[in-house]
Amino acid sequence: MSGRRIFARPARLGAIAPYLWMLLFFLVPFGFVLKISLSQTAIAQPPYLPVFDLTQGAAAFKTALTALSLDNFRLLVSDNLYVFSYLRSLVVAVVATAILLVIGYPIAYGIARLPPRWQPIAMMLVIVPFWTSFLIRIYAWINILQHDGLLNQMLLSLHLVSVPVVWLSSDSAMYLGIVYSYLPFMILPLFATLAKMEPALEEAASDLGAPPLKVFWLITFPLSLPGVAAGVLLCFIPIVGEFVIPDLLAGSNSLMIGQTLWLEFFTNKDWPVASAAAIVLLLLLVAPLVVYDRLQRAQLEGAR
Amino acid sequence: MGQAGIVAGDGAKTAIDMDSAKGEPAEAAEMPLLRIERVVKRFGTFRAVDGVSLDIHAGEFFALLGPSGCGKTTLLRMLAGFEGPDEGRILLNGKDIANVLPHERPVNMMFQNYALFPHLSVRDNIAFGLKRAGMARSEIDARVAEMVALVKLEGLEKRKPDNLSGGQKQRVALARSLARRPQMLLLDEPLAALDKKLRESTQFELMELQRRLGLTFVIVTHDQEEAMTVAGRIGVMDSGRLDQVASPRELYEAPHSRWIAEFVGDVNLFDGEIEAREHHRLTIATRDAGMLVVAEPRQGVRKTTVSVAIRPEKVKLSRLGPAPDAIASQPINRLEGIITDVSYLGALTTYKVRLDSGAILRSSMANTARIDIDAYNLSQRVVAWFTPDDCLVLEQ
Repeated sequence: MSGRRIFARPARLGAIAPYLWMLLFFLVPFGFVLKISLSQTAIAQPPYLPVFDLTQGAAAFKTALTALSLDNFRLLVSDNLYVFSYLRSLVVAVVATAILLVIGYPIAYGIARLPPRWQPIAMMLVIVPFWTSFLIRIYAWINILQHDGLLNQMLLSLHLVSVPVVWLSSDSAMYLGIVYSYLPFMILPLFATLAKMEPALEEAASDLGAPPLKVFWLITFPLSLPGVAAGVLLCFIPIVGEFVIPDLLAGSNSLMIGQTLWLEFFTNKDWPVASAAAIVLLLLLVAPLVVYDRLQRAQLEGAR
Repeated sequence: MGQAGIVAGDGAKTAIDMDSAKGEPAEAAEMPLLRIERVVKRFGTFRAVDGVSLDIHAGEFFALLGPSGCGKTTLLRMLAGFEGPDEGRILLNGKDIANVLPHERPVNMMFQNYALFPHLSVRDNIAFGLKRAGMARSEIDARVAEMVALVKLEGLEKRKPDNLSGGQKQRVALARSLARRPQMLLLDEPLAALDKKLRESTQFELMELQRRLGLTFVIVTHDQEEAMTVAGRIGVMDSGRLDQVASPRELYEAPHSRWIAEFVGDVNLFDGEIEAREHHRLTIATRDAGMLVVAEPRQGVRKTTVSVAIRPEKVKLSRLGPAPDAIASQPINRLEGIITDVSYLGALTTYKVRLDSGAILRSSMANTARIDIDAYNLSQRVVAWFTPDDCLVLEQ
C-alpha cells in the first residue's frame, strides 16, 4: 500500500494513531534512556555526562556523541550483582507464571463451563479485588502474614502450630503476593479462549472414545494454547520487572532486577547504570515476545 | 390403521410394525438393537423428553422429526450418553446403558456443525477414534484410507478443517463418525448447513451408505422432506412426546392428528359433525365445506366432532365437474369456488380456491404438459372435487 493511500481518507488517520502514541510515549523516552545508558555518571544536575546542548550547534552534538561508551553495559556483565538480579528475576517470573497457569487454568475452565448467566458473576468475583488499590492489597497481605497476623492466629487456634510461623520476608510470601496480584491476568485470556471453544468438540472427542483426561490433553488444551500464551506473557513480562511485591514481601538477601534498578537510580544516583540495566531488561523481555509472535504467525499459516 | 408400533406417550404398549417399510427386518419380534422405555428428561421443571418409548431395529434408517425444541436432539444426546434419562431405561442390545459413559458406548454421533477438531488434519480427525480404540498403526492407516475413499475425500487428507468447503467438512465428519464401525450412527441435523442442491444429493449418498454398510442410522431433523427421503421409519416428536411412529407414506397419508397432518406437508382441514354412517362411509356436516362424504377409518371413530383432512394434490380442479367415470364408482365431494391465488412452482402449480362459504381450499396439480392451454386463471370459477377415500377423518 502506497503512502498516499494511507492518508487518502480521514479514517486512515485512526489507523496511525496507535503508532503516533507508541512513537511519542515509548520510542522517544526509550531514546532518552538509551542515551543515558551510554553516558558516564557525574556529580551534576542531571547526574550524567555528556549532556546534549542543542544551543551549541551540530559540532557540540558530534563531540558529545563521541563521548558515549558501552562502559555501563560492560559493568552489568562483569558484576555478579547484576547477573544474579537478572537470573533471579527470570527464575521468579518462570516459577510464578507456572504457578499462575496451574491455578488459573482450572479456574478459567470452571468459569467457562458455568451456565452462561453465572459467567459474568464469576468473572466479577475474579475482578472485584482489583477495585482496591494494589498497594493496599499488598499491605493487607503483610497484615495477614505478620507475626501476630490473621494466618498465625488461625493456625495457633487450630493447634496446627505451637509457635507463630515466620511468613514475611520470604520467597513464599513473595510468590503468594505475585500469584495473588497477577491471577486475573492469567484467568482473563484463558477464559476468553475457553469460553468461545465449541463444547461439541469435547463431546465429539468423548464420543470417539476418549476418556475425560484424554479429551483435555488432546482437544481442550491444544485449542486453548493461544489463551495460554497470552496469559503467560501478560504475567511473565511484568513479573520480571516487578519491584513492589518483592520489596515488601521478600527478604533482602537477593534482589530482583527491578529492585537493583531502583537502588542504582535512587540510592546510588547512578542513572547511566540504571538505564543500561533497564535496556538489558527490555531486550530480555523482547525475546519471548518475538517467539510468541513467531508462534502465532505459524498458527495463522497453519489455519490458512 | 395397522401401523407402526410403538406409540409414544403414556407408556403405551409396544406393537410390532406390520408395515413393510424399507429396512425393517422380518424378525421384528426379537430384541431390538435399541429399546427406549418411558424415558423422561427434565431441565428444571421443563420436560424436554416426556415419556418416550421406541424400538429401533438393527439395519434401520430411523428419523426423529419435529420442530425445534420438541426434544428430539435431547433424545439423541441421551443415546450418545451426553445426557442421562431422569426416568425410564435405554437398552442397547438388551442392556441398560444408563451408566455407560459416552466414550465407552459402541455408538457414534455426527454433530450438527460437524465439530471437527480444527487443530487436526482430515486424516487425524478420522483417525482420532481409531487411535483411542488402540488399533495398530497399519490398521489405522488402512481404515483411514478406506473411509477417505468411502466419502470421496482423496487428496485432502493433510488439509485442516478450516481449509475445506462445507460439503467436504460434512463428509469428514461422516467419515470420522463411521470409522469406528459403530453399532448405531446418530446424526444430528447432518445436512442443515448445506445448500439445497448439495443437501439433496447428500441425502441419497447417506441412504446408499447406510444400505451398503448395513448400519443402523438414527437421524434427527426438523425437515420433513429430508426425513421422508432418507428414513424407513419416522418418529414425529412434539413437546417432548413421540406422537406417531410410521413409514413416510403412512405418516403422510394417515397422520394421527391434525398437528402431524399440518407438520408433514400441506393439508386442507375442515371441522364438522358426523351426520350419518353407512356402508363404511361417513357423512360429515362441515361448517366451511358443506356435507362431505368420507371413508370411515378401519378402527372406527369414537367422537362425533371431527376434522376432515384432504391433501392439496388430492383436490382436483375442473371447469365442469368430476369426470363421469369417477362419479359412477363412488360418491364424489364437489365444491365450487373462485381461484384467488396461483403459484407456479415448476413441477407443480398450487391454487387457492375461495369456496362459497369464504373458506380457502388448496389444490396442487402436476404440470404434466409443457404447454397447458387449460391452466386456470385468477378469478376463474372452478369445481373442486375429491373422493371419499382421499379424505381422512381426524379426531384430535
